[in-house]
Amino acid sequence: MTAFVGRRLAQALLQIWGAITIVFVALRVLPGDPAELILGSQATPEQLAGLRAQLGLDDPLPVQYLHHLQGLLRLDFGQSWRQGVSALDACLERLGPTLVLSAWAMVFTVVLGFLTGSYAARHANSVADRLISVSSLVGQALPPFWIGIMLSLIFARGLQILPSTADGTMASLLLPAFTLALPFVGWLGRLVRTGVLEEMNQDYVRTARAKGLSDQVVFYVHVLRNTLVPIVTMLGLLMGNFIANGVIVEVVFAWPGIGRLLVDSITFRDYAVVEAVLTVITVCYITLNLLVDVLYGYLDPRIQLENA
Amino acid sequence: MMPPKLDDPLPGRTGAIVRRLAGLPPRAHFALGMVLLFVVAGVLGPLLVPFDAAATSPPDRLLPPGTRLSDGAVAWLGTNQVGQDILAAVLAGMRTSLTVALVTVVVAGSVGLLMGLLAGYFGGWADGIISRLGDIQLAFPSLLLAILLAGVLGPSMLNVIIALAVTRWVIFARVVRGSALAVRDREFVDSARVMGASHGRILIHYILPSCLPPLLVAATVQIGLTMVAEASLSFLGLGVPPSQASWGSTIAQGRDYLASAWWIAAAPGAALALVVVSIGILGDLLRDASDPMTEL
Repeated sequence: MTAFVGRRLAQALLQIWGAITIVFVALRVLPGDPAELILGSQATPEQLAGLRAQLGLDDPLPVQYLHHLQGLLRLDFGQSWRQGVSALDACLERLGPTLVLSAWAMVFTVVLGFLTGSYAARHANSVADRLISVSSLVGQALPPFWIGIMLSLIFARGLQILPSTADGTMASLLLPAFTLALPFVGWLGRLVRTGVLEEMNQDYVRTARAKGLSDQVVFYVHVLRNTLVPIVTMLGLLMGNFIANGVIVEVVFAWPGIGRLLVDSITFRDYAVVEAVLTVITVCYITLNLLVDVLYGYLDPRIQLENA
Repeated sequence: MMPPKLDDPLPGRTGAIVRRLAGLPPRAHFALGMVLLFVVAGVLGPLLVPFDAAATSPPDRLLPPGTRLSDGAVAWLGTNQVGQDILAAVLAGMRTSLTVALVTVVVAGSVGLLMGLLAGYFGGWADGIISRLGDIQLAFPSLLLAILLAGVLGPSMLNVIIALAVTRWVIFARVVRGSALAVRDREFVDSARVMGASHGRILIHYILPSCLPPLLVAATVQIGLTMVAEASLSFLGLGVPPSQASWGSTIAQGRDYLASAWWIAAAPGAALALVVVSIGILGDLLRDASDPMTEL
């Protein structure tokens, strides 16, 4: 187990280094002069040269890269020229709303996914099952930003029962959280349905039935509990997806999260913030994946044998 | 499979294709029809109903679907805030979406095919490098990578294709690597090697054919996902430039007029949703067809 965790940790560190390098390459190596982007096209050559020297853009790329990595070890991403604060602070300030939104999307996904999935499994091949499977296919295919806009058209403009933009209330959370959750409700529902159907054929279910337990007890006490193990571990992956996919939903609903900060910062060429946001999101994403793998190995001993 | 009847009205290859098509489930007909319709609409539509991003027509602003315009034409899907016909914008957007998706999938698929063959067939350090590179890239959420690249490169159709192809090649490489790995040590490959076939010949004649079906399935699925990704980038203002129509940018315009003109956002979104769902159904069917195990 320790060897597995150690190897997985090393892999995660490699991935984080890789992600940092990808961002560095995208922002510094690809064509485009950050100094010119910051100062605009009317800047004098002297101003440009001054800023380039200040940002360290005159150094050879390997030197810039080393400076960059050193800065990151001190958690120093540089200053946000747009907000005048440290890029990391600007980013962490917006992390809270994103986590709140992701957590609520998770609640929606788990509740709706389990309800639809277990209902579909208990009524396998019925009309309801088919309806659920078709809507899960459609839900997964629809572009999230369009779902968001249509939901706000119906509930905010049409029925006028929910706000369409963030105003700090619980009600303003419902639409973005549901939009974020929707594609994954169908995904989780399918997982739950398959899991329940597989468990239903196990010997212990027959034993429980033979003991005279009611269908309800067999389902809730025995079957559902056993399907939980593989599915709970998937929730970590979901959280990572919510944080990453939240970008578009945050823009649609003007949610003051990290994703909207990313899009704004790219638009305004505030590259220090772009680096900070991408690093924070990727570290969250990779850490959650790591936790999932370790948790899975812990809950299901067969995984360790395969990796031994 | 039904045994062929003696009085077969359509013998031969054409007959076989027609019978196979007729035997498909209704959702397959729906999906095939939709995809064909949209491809034809994307290719021919802009010729019939031209879209000019720079043209404005103030008297025709924000007209609901079905209104007659000042020039006598009927705007079947309404008009936007500068009086442009939404139908024309949707058709032009279809062409953009289709172009970006096809080129992206061809480019990413070719790179992925090459990398996957190298990694799966030769193994060793080639596999080590390509697989680690893929691991590292997949640890980076693909939407964010596309946003980063498209944002840095600037709005143009070519840059969108580059950004999306960079995020997709790994998926194809993994699929191909898996299939190549599975057949690499089979007897027919060994016998070819014993007969003195070169690596190139083995790759093309023995390995490649078994990599193509899963690659085709992956490509179909990716076309749908790439269309959504292109629309997402354009929605954020990081996709194709404003001079070109895109469903994403039309939806973004429509967001500001939800209260007065819902059709601006609804029409391109519905088109996108229909195409993507249809392509998803086709992808599922192809997967079932290429994997005999699912019939059991």
